[in-house]
Amino acid sequence: MDYFKNDLTSLHESLVNKELSAEELTKETFANIKKRDQQIEAFLALNEENALAQAKELDQNGIDRANVLAGIPIAIKDNIVTKGLRTTAASKMLENFDPIYDATVMEKLAAAQMINVGKVNMDEFAMGGSTESSAFKLTKNAWDQTKVPGGSSGGSAAAVASGEVLVALGSDTGGSIRQPAAYNGIVGVKPTYGRVSRYGLIAFASSLDQIGPLTRTVKDNAYVLNAISGHDSRDFTSSSKEVPDFTKGLDGDIKGMRIAVPKEYFDEGVDADVKAAIKDAIKTFESLGATVDEVSLPHSKYGVPVYYIIASSEASSNLQRFDGIRYGFRAQDVKNLEDVYVRSRTEGFGDEVKRRIMLGTFSLSAGTYDAFFKKAAQVRTLICQDFANVFKDYDLILGPTAPTTAYGIGEEIDDPITMYMNDILTIPVNLAGLPGMSLPAGFSNGLPIGMQLIAPQFREDTMYKAGYAFEQATDFHKQVPTIGGQN
Amino acid sequence: MAISANEVKHVASLAKLDVSDAELEKFTGQMDQIINMVQQLNEVDTTDVPVTTTVTDAFDVMREDIAVKGTDRELLMENVPERKDGFIKVPAIIDESEEG
Repeated sequence: MDYFKNDLTSLHESLVNKELSAEELTKETFANIKKRDQQIEAFLALNEENALAQAKELDQNGIDRANVLAGIPIAIKDNIVTKGLRTTAASKMLENFDPIYDATVMEKLAAAQMINVGKVNMDEFAMGGSTESSAFKLTKNAWDQTKVPGGSSGGSAAAVASGEVLVALGSDTGGSIRQPAAYNGIVGVKPTYGRVSRYGLIAFASSLDQIGPLTRTVKDNAYVLNAISGHDSRDFTSSSKEVPDFTKGLDGDIKGMRIAVPKEYFDEGVDADVKAAIKDAIKTFESLGATVDEVSLPHSKYGVPVYYIIASSEASSNLQRFDGIRYGFRAQDVKNLEDVYVRSRTEGFGDEVKRRIMLGTFSLSAGTYDAFFKKAAQVRTLICQDFANVFKDYDLILGPTAPTTAYGIGEEIDDPITMYMNDILTIPVNLAGLPGMSLPAGFSNGLPIGMQLIAPQFREDTMYKAGYAFEQATDFHKQVPTIGGQN
Repeated sequence: MAISANEVKHVASLAKLDVSDAELEKFTGQMDQIINMVQQLNEVDTTDVPVTTTVTDAFDVMREDIAVKGTDRELLMENVPERKDGFIKVPAIIDESEEG
């Protein structure tokens, strides 16, 4: 079994025809992870015993022919709580944390009979774009192990791109699914805010966070989003809108689709090779019968400052719960209760997390609230209006996912501003609660380039339809990386 | 400077974080850069623009008030760093050396 030669449909067929048992698939997956992870270092915890037991049980009961996800291994970002399985959010603060409940998405994956093989690395509390702020491991890009895998869902993206698993879940607050998907040459989807329950997702910025799938193909991605979407009474921001079958419109026919390309997404910060790849993609869409026009999103350049105020403010509030009392890290040899709070937080959080907590605390302080938090929340309204104006006349927005391809490990970690600017093309989508997809659209010096598709709220179907048509017309998704000298 | 070392120290204390002198210099420089970047928002006219704090249209979501069994107490205590006699154990609120 080779994940590079399979997708969900072909694996499902092998399972149904008993050419492969779920137990064999699970065993091979773990053997493969142990081998490849020597280079990639994507996994923080393996769920071997439970996964094998679950696979055996599935084999005994028989694989459901109608369920393409049955018996398929999946990797889970480590900020999604998994009952009894160590969940750290890649922070020393939660180094020994074993959740007593499952996130809603975990219940849904279990109902879909997917097999959780383990937890994957990320930036600490999902704050970062390179997975370098993890307290535990340095995950490598699947295409070049001297490059970052992107972030914060870097472990999820690298695990899929290196053929360790076919599917992973990530979370996206400002680009954390789409940017690592772009850097690793795979498909990553951030669903509409409210499409997927956030219950059991360790909160970073609650008005922006969404869970979504990372896969090698568009159709595989649609299958997984089908399984994890839907209303949940435990997340009051989850939507009760009906969930369509996202695989349904995947027929390659996008004649007459109206696509908008924001001119701001081709500003000077975007690499020439990235621009060229996206311009080629535009030609492909036109050849498929779509119309493509240039539009303007005039406030998109303010996305980064708006995001860093809003996300950091929400984070400073959400992360107050880590006080060393009920769970998580508690500092030793403390003198009094105040000391427990201060020393546990000081020793438990890494620098990027501290920076954002402080920026958020500052933005919400009495003297700065109007000039910072309120101002950012107003400009957020203007960013939402920009998108609404474009979607009056267009079905989809297209542009690059990130300004560059993956950069070198260690290159940007100490320079927050440069690092934050990498998110300039993905952040506005979170601020407006829209669905966004990154998919492979080319290469530059052997590193993948990602294209981003953005749809109106709850129109993931349009995004999948267009993504599928592009994928079928190109062969970027068929390229596979060479890891440790082997495919 | 958009923010001084003293202000950073104050913000850190509000957030229950302790910052060493060496870290203070680094954080102040970085926070200063970030706040400078953020100040470009001042060029946007936001007169009469409402704030956006959520992008969901959900409003006052209600549910039936039905009693359900709570989480088992032992289970809730499982991740508590220190416990004694079924309670969470913490140090005294005042300095232990000051205890009478």
